[in-house]
Amino acid sequence: MKGMSLIVRTITRLLAGFILVYGAHIVLYGHLTPGGGFAGGVMLACGLILLVLAFGKDGALEIVSENAASAWDCIGALAFWLIAVLGFTGGYFFLNFVGKGEPFNLISAGTLMWSNIAIGIKVWACLFLVFVVLAAFRIRDEG
Amino acid sequence: MGPYILCSMILLLGVYAVVAKKNLIKIVIGLLIIEYAVNLMLVLVGYKAGGEAPILTEAGQQTTNFVDPLPQALIVTSIVIGLGLTAMVVALCIRLYEKYGTFDVLLIRRLRG
Amino acid sequence: MLFLLYSLLIFMIVGAVIAIETRDLLSSVICVGAMGLGLAIIFLLLGAPDLAIVQVVVEVLSLVLLLRVVLMREDVTIAHRYRYGEVFATATALLFFGVFIMLASTAYKQMPQFGNPILKVSQDYISNGFAKARAPNLVTAVLLDFRAYDTLGEATVIFTAIIGSLVILRKRGRIRDEGNEPDS
Repeated sequence: MKGMSLIVRTITRLLAGFILVYGAHIVLYGHLTPGGGFAGGVMLACGLILLVLAFGKDGALEIVSENAASAWDCIGALAFWLIAVLGFTGGYFFLNFVGKGEPFNLISAGTLMWSNIAIGIKVWACLFLVFVVLAAFRIRDEG
Repeated sequence: MGPYILCSMILLLGVYAVVAKKNLIKIVIGLLIIEYAVNLMLVLVGYKAGGEAPILTEAGQQTTNFVDPLPQALIVTSIVIGLGLTAMVVALCIRLYEKYGTFDVLLIRRLRG
Repeated sequence: MLFLLYSLLIFMIVGAVIAIETRDLLSSVICVGAMGLGLAIIFLLLGAPDLAIVQVVVEVLSLVLLLRVVLMREDVTIAHRYRYGEVFATATALLFFGVFIMLASTAYKQMPQFGNPILKVSQDYISNGFAKARAPNLVTAVLLDFRAYDTLGEATVIFTAIIGSLVILRKRGRIRDEGNEPDS
């Protein structure tokens, strides 16, 4: 799949960093402001899909390859399950076992921040992978 | 009761598109419309008149006037799952187009292999 | 505020009718996009900013996916032939709509009125949510602390849906002839 024109590529180089940082902000501050793991994960996927659209499939696969995206997908899902199982140390499954700090700080509310990060990684890797495979699919006599 | 009836009309339009249309893309669009209607219905049920968003801004805030947070938590995941469903249905459409060369449902049913 | 809600709902209904009935597939996809953005504004009016963020971003990605299919060839619209069954199908659909709306309004009278939810389960979450989970965002606290099992199930569903679409698009197969190698 080819990329797009020079104007689009230049603007993408300037903007993609901002989109990724904003997505990471929404994931990390998910327990203080509206957002959370799902919203931030989809936004991170949008930033990388912008790279696929502007630079073509090969340009984006140099940054994150397909095997790496697949690995991050599994890591995200397993990390969420691990946080749940570690709740057994406190008593029962999914117990909020990390100590709760001061409210309205960044590191507070126990396992909520780590769960948000795990889900953000999982959703981002998933959506990026499915989009790259859809973009790379060539019908046999397509130009 | 007014918003509920309008939301049911959106749902019925989506069902009509899935059942009675011949073009495969219109069927996919009908699926998307059904999904919008279902998500909207559940959030409408949980709305409290004059309420605010369920987010605290200072430590001792009164929580008497909040909208119901439980439907919102479930619909967040439902919207993202809808995106995964759209991706899978679009993948099926691409495969069907590659094999049969058309998006017409009646022709796909007749050409076997 | 109620007037704005009604006008946005009617905007969504008009957009749905245009998206279904028009023959040009590109206009149809754009109308679905407009419906999705109207839905995001309705979510903001109903006090759900979390949902509005997710709806806007997911809407953009759905549009990109649909455009990938629609713009594959130049001639994806199909010829419109009038068949006798089509008038019958439309009339039956309208009749069914009428019956459904009549029965549904009887059922909606039994539900609590729009604007006064019963809040039987959520009253506990609203009153004690901040004290128990120490998170100011009650929606995230419900999603990841009180109802974390459901979130685990939903993460599994997303995983399965994506694996399903990857399996459908796999290109490995029998080697048909000499010049055709299976790419992965």
